[in-house]
Amino acid sequence: MNRYSIFSLIRNAIRYHQDWQQSWRSPTPKKKYDVVIVGGGGHGLATAYYLAAECGISNVAVIEKGWLGGGNTGRNTTIVRSNYLWDESAAIYEHAMKLWEGLSQTLNYNVMFSQRGLLHLAHSVHDLQEIGRRGHAIHLNGIDSEFLTPSQVKQMVPFINLDCRYPVMGALLQKRGGTARHDAVAWGYARAADAAGVDIIQNCEVTGFRQQGNVIQGVETSQGFIAAGKVGCVVAGHCSVLAEMAGFRLPVESFPLQALVSEPVKPILDCVVMSGSIHAYISQSDKGELVIGAGSDAYNSYSQRGGFDVIEETVGPVLELYPVFSRMKMLRQWGGIVDVTIDRSPLISKTPVENLFFNCGWGTGGFKATPGSGHVFAHSIARGEMHPIAAPFSIDRFNSGALIDEGAAAAVAH
Amino acid sequence: MFIIDCPWCGQRDQSEFTAHGEAYIARPRQPGQLSDEEWGDYVFFRKNTKGIHYERWVHSHGCRRWFNVVRDTVTDRIHATCKPGEPRPGVKE
Repeated sequence: MNRYSIFSLIRNAIRYHQDWQQSWRSPTPKKKYDVVIVGGGGHGLATAYYLAAECGISNVAVIEKGWLGGGNTGRNTTIVRSNYLWDESAAIYEHAMKLWEGLSQTLNYNVMFSQRGLLHLAHSVHDLQEIGRRGHAIHLNGIDSEFLTPSQVKQMVPFINLDCRYPVMGALLQKRGGTARHDAVAWGYARAADAAGVDIIQNCEVTGFRQQGNVIQGVETSQGFIAAGKVGCVVAGHCSVLAEMAGFRLPVESFPLQALVSEPVKPILDCVVMSGSIHAYISQSDKGELVIGAGSDAYNSYSQRGGFDVIEETVGPVLELYPVFSRMKMLRQWGGIVDVTIDRSPLISKTPVENLFFNCGWGTGGFKATPGSGHVFAHSIARGEMHPIAAPFSIDRFNSGALIDEGAAAAVAH
Repeated sequence: MFIIDCPWCGQRDQSEFTAHGEAYIARPRQPGQLSDEEWGDYVFFRKNTKGIHYERWVHSHGCRRWFNVVRDTVTDRIHATCKPGEPRPGVKE
């Protein structure tokens, strides 16, 4: 792999950018791999990268039914934060945050990670109490967060309407929170994983799992059978479908979640502002588009589109808070399918099938965890024992009762 | 967004309704006898079907009564609705 640097940029500029090396190969699948990762999104590619780079297992394939980062990695609102209430969540999201902070250097790929600050608005006494409780819990876990008064919010976002139908009574600020370029995360991990020896196989759909007794033997795919010592499923939107192929059920339901972006405008909003109680969150991309995360439709669906009423319920509060945006035109709207668990925490777990691991159920907020999720999942697969940070997210918690209830803790905005 | 045929009120907009997940899950007959695994399975684990899905809805902003719906979760097309206690509807292709 040729390293990217100022010198490579100059060298290629002189050659009219004709000689850039391909970022990753497109190999035909081998007969057998030590580990097969199902799902070529951010989490899957990160898992493959850390398996090869840190765990000494480079005979790895990533199998993707479409193209890299074409699922929820390419559909999210790119927000990164680690201000979660419970210790288990704080551990994994802060683990991810620390990896985010060095990720562009680690991968030699600019993931455009921007710690521009993230505001969580409070609109009622209840909201204030919630951010108070959560802010102190976050402090106890050694993660940064600050309480802001309405006038401090106004200093950060001068055009916000504090005194509207949803009055702003305060906010929780995580300065280290921000955004990253979602596609670059998938591409950066893919390039680095490929350089470390991982085979990335696109347009290859998994159609079944081959098991002998209770032990995984490999995966049946649209390009034939691929044998594997261990299999890690890292999919969003279809984890229940894969689990059914392997013969078990998951505590997961799938819903459409929508987002929309506006036409690009000059810089106006230099932080992320989210509001759990009225579900309006907004940031501005480096291209200048306003990125708005809407709510999810409240019924099971795999349709990858949502209802217009959900958009209206999101845009209404956005315009109350930011009347200046009233004449913005929206360019695109889309839906992704999110796999949601009852406690709104992910599943990183062994399964009833030996050597088959699942990392899924990230619900509406998996993007922020991408590096941490891949890192702990890779170590878990390599050792055959769950990494201490991943262990609490076992599927068994739905039988033992040890839920990690971020649904109640973080309201709806993840 | 779609139209739902409420068995009591007729066709109404989906926004009048709320979905409540998989239908025809039998409540345990002897709750005291259940193991942790069986309880967890009953409370939390779901089919989450991709395709023809049997589910419960409530007409929250209408008659406020419960009923069952057969819907394709890929296309959101509704094949049938029925009142609780009625036989499980078949699916016409």
